[in-house]
Amino acid sequence: MTAPAGNPPALIRLQGVTKIYGQGQAAMAALRGIDLRIDEGDFVAVMGPSGSGKSTCLNILGCLDTPTDGTYNFKGIEVGRLLRDQRARVRRFFLGFVFQGYNLLSRTTALENVELPLVYRGYSGKERRARARRALETVGLKEWESHKPSELSGGQQQRVAIARAIVTEPSLLLADEPTGNLDSARGRDIMDLLTSLNRDQGITIIMVTHEPDMAVYARRVVQFSDGLVASDKENGGAA
Amino acid sequence: MLWNMIQIALREIGHNLMRSFLTILGIVIGVAAVITMVTLGSGATAQVTQQIASLGSNLLIVSPGRGRGPGQSSAVTPFKMADVKAIERDISSLSAVAPVSTQTVMAIFGNENWSTSATGTDNQYLKVRNWSLKTGRLFTDGELRAGSAVCILGETVRQRLFGGQEAVGGKVRLGKLACEVVGLLEAKGQSSMGQDQDDIALLPLRTFQRRVAGNQDIRLIQVSVRDGASTEKVQRDIERLLRERRHISASEDDDFHVMDMKEIANMLTGTTQVLTGLLGAVAAVSLLVGGIGIMNIMLVSVTERTQEIGTRLAIGALEREVLIQFLSEAVVLSLFGGIFGIVLGLVASLALAGVVQVPFVFNAGIVIIAFVFSAAVGVIFGYLPARRAARLDPIEALRHE
Repeated sequence: MTAPAGNPPALIRLQGVTKIYGQGQAAMAALRGIDLRIDEGDFVAVMGPSGSGKSTCLNILGCLDTPTDGTYNFKGIEVGRLLRDQRARVRRFFLGFVFQGYNLLSRTTALENVELPLVYRGYSGKERRARARRALETVGLKEWESHKPSELSGGQQQRVAIARAIVTEPSLLLADEPTGNLDSARGRDIMDLLTSLNRDQGITIIMVTHEPDMAVYARRVVQFSDGLVASDKENGGAA
Repeated sequence: MLWNMIQIALREIGHNLMRSFLTILGIVIGVAAVITMVTLGSGATAQVTQQIASLGSNLLIVSPGRGRGPGQSSAVTPFKMADVKAIERDISSLSAVAPVSTQTVMAIFGNENWSTSATGTDNQYLKVRNWSLKTGRLFTDGELRAGSAVCILGETVRQRLFGGQEAVGGKVRLGKLACEVVGLLEAKGQSSMGQDQDDIALLPLRTFQRRVAGNQDIRLIQVSVRDGASTEKVQRDIERLLRERRHISASEDDDFHVMDMKEIANMLTGTTQVLTGLLGAVAAVSLLVGGIGIMNIMLVSVTERTQEIGTRLAIGALEREVLIQFLSEAVVLSLFGGIFGIVLGLVASLALAGVVQVPFVFNAGIVIIAFVFSAAVGVIFGYLPARRAARLDPIEALRHE
């Protein structure tokens, strides 16, 4: 790490990251050389048309996928070349995910859903429940812990999903179109929540979205186009 | 972690009770079939063993003629009383020796008649056959010596001739012989060959020889070997003695046969056990089919829950952990199936034991085997679906609708 004193240390450094699907004639480059630095405590919105490579980039940042070439340095560790189970451990201990479709386990209660990542961290049942309750309180769903996802509105479900993502106190929260399935009022609620998590708890957030209304909540907007970073601008801070 | 996985499995099964039940039905039926077959088989084996024991323990039957099969040559030299005396005198380790001669006769009392087997013997017969009197008395020495007209009836003959009337003291005709009933035998039931052992009328041997058969022959000599003594040795001794008495030269074969009831017992229990094994094996095939049923449903379940698996993988579940989750689900399912099957099988064999008239013998071994086997079915048939789940690509799985 060569970050100058006073600046927050870099959490993420992508250097020359490419991703090529298929081989030979059928090869298709989703990423064509991405350089990106994200500091701890940042809130980055990733935008771009579909096929621009923003989802592929998010998958690589989330250690769900590996770059074909280039390096991905996370917390000073080269994670782009890790094996499947090693990447799973990175996700388990450092990352939180929020998906467009919430991805809650449908037959379990909100509390149990939030507990899930702690199960894989090996916490005791008592500890899990205490932490999950705290996370649900943070997202404002303290009274809803025993409800199943089908008994919650879309916005509430996404809050449960956010609680699940932050219950492990991750270094990085990755959100893939978190407001994509919500109307704009609910979407703004979710963005307010993410903003406060970033501001009050210092959680680094990377969010993919195609809605400019939502992107304005971020501190910084990275625009993707044809597998390259087209622009990278600080936001005025509309929130 | 494992306990968590089992909890998840239990919850998953609970959420889908109807399907879980249908999934394990194959295992339930398979295990129940195995348990029922083997339990009934054990009962049948126990019954055969018990029936043979009721024939008389350590029983040797000496019969004239070569071999034991049919088609014996006409030149059968029957035994005489002197042969019986010689065995009694010269062979050690015997508890009883009884001469036996039989002939089918018509037994008549009042208006009732019944064809039965008149058996000339002495009081030793009861000892050899492990039999006892229900009422009345044995033959007296005087009756045996004089050849008096007295008889002891088996339960079937008593039932047919006397019905509810008092039999002891009654006069019955056995063929041409009119004789007095002095005793009644305890009911013994069917032999393992399906013969009615109670269809018998005992006469003093001399009475039988003079007044029924009209000769001095003895058809069989039944010998009971003392407990703890070797029946094989006694068998050899009797063979040596009789060869000598019947003047058989070293180059000739025996013209008589000494049969050990133990051989028959072993043969019969062997047959029953082979049959039990076969039926059990057929039932085990249905257990296999049950396992395929579990695999089928688990594969469907993995497909259905692809997104859930993707979520778990994204959250940081290791391949191994997803594998264990689905494997434990399969094992828990099949264990439930095994437990239900064991209960059902035991209930069914309890009910069927009454219907087919074999004793219910609880066989702990097969219950344990069935339990372990059903767990093994879960592991074996759950492995493929679990591996498929564990190997899913998280990105693909998350995208799955």
